[in-house]
Amino acid sequence: MADAEAENELITTADGIPLKQALKKALWQRKKTALLLVSPLFLFVMITFLIPIFDMLIRSVDNSIAGEQFPSVVVEIQRWDLDSTEIPDEATFQALFKDFKVGAEQKTISRLGRRLNYEMSGMSGLFRKTARKVKKLEAPESATEAMIAIDKDWGDIETWQLVRRESGKYTNSYYLAAVDAEKLSDGSIAMKAEERQVYVNLFWRTLRLSFTITALTILLGYPIAYLLATLKTKISNMLIILVLLPFWTSLLVRTSSWIALLQKEGVINDILVGIGVIGDDGRLAMIHNETGTIVAMTHILLPFMILPLFSVMKTIPPSWVRAARSMGATPFTAFRRIYLPNTIAGIGAGGILVFILAIGYYITPALVGGTKGTLISNFIAYHVSTSLNWGLAAALGTILLLLVLALYILYDKVVGISNMKLG
Amino acid sequence: MNKLFKQTLLATVAAGVVATAQAETTMVIVSWGGAYTKSQQRAYHQPYMDANPGITIVNDDSASEGASKLRAQVEAGNVTWDLLDAEAPNAITLCDEGLVEEINFDKDLAPAPDGTSATEDFGKSLISDCFIPQIAYSTTLGYRSDIYDVAPTKMADVFDLKKFPGKRSLEKRPDPNLEWALIADGVDPKDVYKVLDTKEGVDRAFAKLDTIKDQVIWWTKGSQPMQLLADGEVAFGSAYNGRLFEAIEVNKQPIKMLWDGQALQLDGWVVPKGAPNKAEVMKYLRFATDTQRLADQAKYISYGPLRASSAPMVGKHADLGIEMASHMPTAPENMKGAIFYDFEWWADNKDDLAERFESWLAK
Amino acid sequence: MALPIHATLGERIWHYCFLAICFAIFTFLIFPILIILPLSFNAQPFFSFTSEMLHLQPDAYTTKWYQEFFTSLNWQGAVKNSFIIAFFSTIISTFLGTLAALGLSKPDFPFKTTIMGLLISPMVVPLIISAAGMFFFYSRVGLQGTHVGVILAHAALATPFVVITVTATLTGFDHSLTRAAASLGSAPTYTFFHITVPLIIPGVISGGLFAFITSFDEVVVVLFVGSYNQRTIPWQMFSGIREQISPTIMAVATILIMISVALLVFLELMRRRTERLRGITPH
Repeated sequence: MADAEAENELITTADGIPLKQALKKALWQRKKTALLLVSPLFLFVMITFLIPIFDMLIRSVDNSIAGEQFPSVVVEIQRWDLDSTEIPDEATFQALFKDFKVGAEQKTISRLGRRLNYEMSGMSGLFRKTARKVKKLEAPESATEAMIAIDKDWGDIETWQLVRRESGKYTNSYYLAAVDAEKLSDGSIAMKAEERQVYVNLFWRTLRLSFTITALTILLGYPIAYLLATLKTKISNMLIILVLLPFWTSLLVRTSSWIALLQKEGVINDILVGIGVIGDDGRLAMIHNETGTIVAMTHILLPFMILPLFSVMKTIPPSWVRAARSMGATPFTAFRRIYLPNTIAGIGAGGILVFILAIGYYITPALVGGTKGTLISNFIAYHVSTSLNWGLAAALGTILLLLVLALYILYDKVVGISNMKLG
Repeated sequence: MNKLFKQTLLATVAAGVVATAQAETTMVIVSWGGAYTKSQQRAYHQPYMDANPGITIVNDDSASEGASKLRAQVEAGNVTWDLLDAEAPNAITLCDEGLVEEINFDKDLAPAPDGTSATEDFGKSLISDCFIPQIAYSTTLGYRSDIYDVAPTKMADVFDLKKFPGKRSLEKRPDPNLEWALIADGVDPKDVYKVLDTKEGVDRAFAKLDTIKDQVIWWTKGSQPMQLLADGEVAFGSAYNGRLFEAIEVNKQPIKMLWDGQALQLDGWVVPKGAPNKAEVMKYLRFATDTQRLADQAKYISYGPLRASSAPMVGKHADLGIEMASHMPTAPENMKGAIFYDFEWWADNKDDLAERFESWLAK
Repeated sequence: MALPIHATLGERIWHYCFLAICFAIFTFLIFPILIILPLSFNAQPFFSFTSEMLHLQPDAYTTKWYQEFFTSLNWQGAVKNSFIIAFFSTIISTFLGTLAALGLSKPDFPFKTTIMGLLISPMVVPLIISAAGMFFFYSRVGLQGTHVGVILAHAALATPFVVITVTATLTGFDHSLTRAAASLGSAPTYTFFHITVPLIIPGVISGGLFAFITSFDEVVVVLFVGSYNQRTIPWQMFSGIREQISPTIMAVATILIMISVALLVFLELMRRRTERLRGITPH
């Protein structure tokens, strides 16, 4: 009896371990197994994906090239004041000569010239010319005279202000460039000259076009989703193939078919001329401009709107609308007040998904957008592979990433990441 | 199931090993594609492969992104290209940045048949220590012959939308469009680079281009303007003279070309630093840039060989049998009104102007 | 959706208008895909119908673009690379993704939302950013321009699809089945391989298919992380479209469409099998 009372206060398992402890251990064991199962993928994604993204973030502020190519100058220039009205002293110029001598020999100094050229044009030429001439010179007595004799820009305060500003390990110049701003010689920040402003415009265009495309997909996708959700399952299963086939078709295939359709000598223009709507010389220019991008991307992203909408609409019992009708509502009122509000979640889910996809698109605008229909991703690609301004590419990419992350958080609030289904 | 899986795995691994074990040398040569690569294939690659059976030459058509891709490869320490076909300004920049090998011209390249050293034979076209000259080509204008009653006669006509309406196609880069804009605006060809060296000069060039901007479709690859002209999508536009030759003489398309305003370019080879098959590439270069080879490529495409000794050997087109001498950009009758590039100036300024150009395009 | 007997004239008119609108939108969806098939047989190297084709003259049609596809070295290399890369990245992503999904669907998974978010991030991050980031990093470690690099990149991009599909399958999984097996005396591993696996196989296969298609159709990352030696079918198509717009692209496109149709049929059959196994019938 006494035993039972004592045991009532502390419940144990068969092996005498307190129940609470055993339960905790079992739960922990389960969590451990679960974590163990997930960890291989987690590590994999970490290494192959997340770290590269992080690397890109670092590149957007990385300015270690200054320290690498100008080791002596970077040290000496710290003593020079940005507000100074005189050029740096002889010691700095000696350092300049030394660094150029080394850099010209190794043929690496011109990279710094290219980097500085992003801030001030002419630097690239200055560095290359200086490197060529310094190669032939021996250590001069007056480095100041020698360098300025090579090129008078070395006697220019602005040149040295630039070197001073960009002498640190990190820089914010790429982010400034990404929003069309620049640092002036007095250290203040101003917007770039009108003809050099391009990125703000581009971001704006990307958002605007993506918004248009999202709106179009909602407009076109809603009727289809409604039809599929309310038809008999057998018929809707067959019709849904018409949605899934484009979904599963390669992106390039769909884009090339739009090129064939939208060209001046393409199928649509031929049909319009054939039935007499337009004359042969009045063919519509539907490609290599914004129209091409909008039409092609709407077509490609439409299934991404239809499928989530469809799965939401399928959960709305048809009896609700019938009940509303039976209480005297007109079809339109029943739709507006009963059906539509219940589909908002689907519109939200599909809309955000389409929007996120649209702002990151690269292939389709590259092929059908011409120059007016290109989006921000095309410029990121341009800077990575052609202009090789990797800092700027990284800065633009980071801004785009933050935009998408904000939208993703919104999506999570509306739908919930764990609830994502793919039809 | 287990046994089958094991066998398949073994077979796959074995196949992989065998594939890599075959000791043939493959050289990757990067060029511009289309008719140009075809001419190199017929004049250089194929004869070399015939004479050296263990060698395979693979063509990669990414020369238009060549400079940037090469920079990326060298920076990564993983160079997969053996030889790159590059234009003069790019070659200068790549050389200055140490991304391509320096060449000892008299040692590495063959002398002319009469004994003249390579340095003398190539003469002024040796614009850099790393650049091995091949051919002179030009970017020039072509137009549909069946559209205009009065045909255009000079380069400035491409800016005249009233007399010569219709869409234009221009190369999606600042040169030679900026030079053309200034000359059409009245600048003397001799002073073009002096004017371009100033901010007002650049603004003036872009302002002139603005007058036709809406009507322009921009091309990046050599075959694009030919497609646009053939389809009738554009009426008037710039293209490489060799591609125009192919369209007019070989494909017999209703296109004509202008020599006035032709912008002469030098095109040649550069050897990437760290090329996988450097020794073989140097052997290949000795063969592919000798007097006979450079004269041979003129049999397939209308580009002028840069060796003085090759010029008199330029004969007839291999398939068509027409005399090629008059189709060379460097032929005296075609040189009136030609524009000579200032390669050093472009090497210094192309990054700047390329960015300005991209911004201008995106507006 | 049938029209109720009491529908007014206005409602009838709207009903048929609505069907017409839906028909138009379906046409918009399908027409661009169907139009490729005849274009791939165009005898002229154009992207449009010649008048001879419209009059159905036989010599306006040709199979030479298909021949060019099968004989061209460029395309052969592309096909080989596409399959090799897709195959290996599918294996990696399906394996890792299924494991992760099994772990994620266990109850009380800590920080589920955060971890799930991170694992799905490759699907959400714009492709250009992934491509640029991978280009920079893989260049640093010498993976740029190698088959291994592209395979790893594609596997990373494909895993979210596997995770989502298998997780969805597991949410419908009846855990009482495993408990019943345990009560009958089977060891956990035996239960896993003989009870759990057969039931989730359709989900795993669907996920694997998604992964395969993701890699097979992917072009942006390959353009950056790969080099000419890793050119895939989409790479060839992309450079082909930009360079020489020949109908060989249309021939390749038609072949790809056929593969898509075959996949769709396969998926549908899989779905019906799952429903039969679980005793669910469509209402």
